[in-house]
Amino acid sequence: MRKIKDYLPWIIYFIFFIGLLIINPGPHYIHLAARIIIYGLYAVAFNLIYGTTGLVSFGHALFYGIGAYVTGMLVKASTPELFYLYILIGAFGAAFISFFIGLLTLRLTGIYFTMLTLAFAQLVWGLTFKLYHFTGGDDGIQAIAKPTLLAGGVTKYYLFSFVVVTISIYILWRIKRSPFGSVLSGIRQNPQRITFLGLNVYKNQLKAFIISAFFAGIAGGLYAGLDGSIHPDMLHWPTSGNAILMATIGGMSTFFGPVVGAGILTGLEEIVGKYTEYWSFYIGIVVLIVVLLFPNGVLGIKKFTGSKNIEEKEKEVVCNTGN
Amino acid sequence: MDFNTFIAQFISGLSTAMLLFLVSSGLTLIFGVVNVLNFAHGSFYLLGTYFAFQIMKLFNNYWAGLLAGTVGAGIVGMIIEYFFLKRIYGRANEGAFQLLMTYAFILIIDDMVKYIWGTEYKTIPKPAFLSGSLSIGSIMVPSYNVFIIIIGFLIVIFAWYFLMRTDRGKQVRASSLDRIMLSLLGTNVPLIMTLVFGVATAMGGLAGVLAAPLRTVTPGAGIEIIIDSMIVVVIGGFGNFWGALLGALIIGEVLSFGILWMPELATVLTFIVMIIVLILKPEGLLSKKAIVRK
Repeated sequence: MRKIKDYLPWIIYFIFFIGLLIINPGPHYIHLAARIIIYGLYAVAFNLIYGTTGLVSFGHALFYGIGAYVTGMLVKASTPELFYLYILIGAFGAAFISFFIGLLTLRLTGIYFTMLTLAFAQLVWGLTFKLYHFTGGDDGIQAIAKPTLLAGGVTKYYLFSFVVVTISIYILWRIKRSPFGSVLSGIRQNPQRITFLGLNVYKNQLKAFIISAFFAGIAGGLYAGLDGSIHPDMLHWPTSGNAILMATIGGMSTFFGPVVGAGILTGLEEIVGKYTEYWSFYIGIVVLIVVLLFPNGVLGIKKFTGSKNIEEKEKEVVCNTGN
Repeated sequence: MDFNTFIAQFISGLSTAMLLFLVSSGLTLIFGVVNVLNFAHGSFYLLGTYFAFQIMKLFNNYWAGLLAGTVGAGIVGMIIEYFFLKRIYGRANEGAFQLLMTYAFILIIDDMVKYIWGTEYKTIPKPAFLSGSLSIGSIMVPSYNVFIIIIGFLIVIFAWYFLMRTDRGKQVRASSLDRIMLSLLGTNVPLIMTLVFGVATAMGGLAGVLAAPLRTVTPGAGIEIIIDSMIVVVIGGFGNFWGALLGALIIGEVLSFGILWMPELATVLTFIVMIIVLILKPEGLLSKKAIVRK
């Protein structure tokens, strides 16, 4: 039997995001919450390969962007009524592309993997930017209509996003707790040992990469519907950087950390953006503080107070084996 | 394409290559010696440009600006290494933290530049005697490009002399091989790391000043150059100084001829080159270290 403590993050998650609907702080804040939750899914999906598997991908914007562009372009080309289907198609598209990219990039390790993922993402960004007739180039795609069920008022769309994100996050949660998830953690801690256990590191990494891309694609598709507009910036490398940022600020060794990170990042942009246009300066300062003082992220802080937990012991093992 | 255009384009590519080399050799030095992938390297390029702009406005002298941009960027680099980057060395999962910290510095420095100097385009004029063009046979070449190429070659020769023929240079090379052993032998390794970081960022700043008259000066310039330089470093091999030279030459010429061949997709071309190299020889053209796992 599982302890109630295991479900505490879920309870907080529901209280926060459902409570927001009950309080109903106005369309502006609901829109903000929708952004947080969509970004949260993107960050949690990213964290499956970052925090869990230990692969620093710097090209996840690619999958997020593919999800958004496929959804947006299909809605533009046909009817918005099939929006729900298009999100799925976008996600499968992202997963499909990630298979080929993963096949190539996962052959490399460490910084080389990071650079190659960045290169692929920048390549697609460059193409999107230049192929004006196909993707709308610099302007992106504007006025993506919502299906009638979700049209009018941001609250409906927020509820829809909430349901989709919650289902996705639940699946990712189950994946992380499954034997497969344990294999992924094992790959991060000690890939050699995983090989000795008779498991294929490369194949499992590839699976994680594809799953991560799939859910990042869903997040992208959701975002396309939120504002009804997408732009090449969604594929640009700061978006990839944001994924790392959110996961690290929130706590990459925790499951819900990235959601918290998404909340912090989006909230910061919102609050600081009100007073000054130089909000990225303040985000930089926050990142600096997190990196220097709270390397385990916001949700990881409590871990310092207790006795050494498994995660820290794992890290020591990693250091000792020189991996 | 006739021969004259070819040569003119080749020389233009060479000057681009030299600018890329100045930035990416710093990047690769930092990676090799300090073991940090300095994503904020483009921001030092940017700082160099704007420091130079400020000094040129005050003294109306190109050379004072050149000096100020180079030294200024180097000093800021040393401050950042000494007070910030030092604190994350040797941490578990260091790579991700390096990425984040340098990313944070991109955000901070770029926004400070925007705040101090504004977002509008600035221009830095070429020094008077370099504003014309040289004619080699029937080919006209802007003399400023030749100037950049000469400076680039001087730096290459100087760097070769320093790294290969002086004791300090030997220490720098040794620290990229075995840091612990070197410090056991009584060398102040942290000092070497700080100095290398300073020199490397100063080279970034120098590139920023040199490039300024050719391109418009905007706060976005740092981001543009860093992506190209990353490609150069990856192609040549991380931490490999001569690899950076080879990579810069390849990318410089690819950019230069790519613009003739398909003007819209020249930048995309560089990524394709990088992907091909990474797939065929992932450790970079001039590196021997095997990093592909079986």
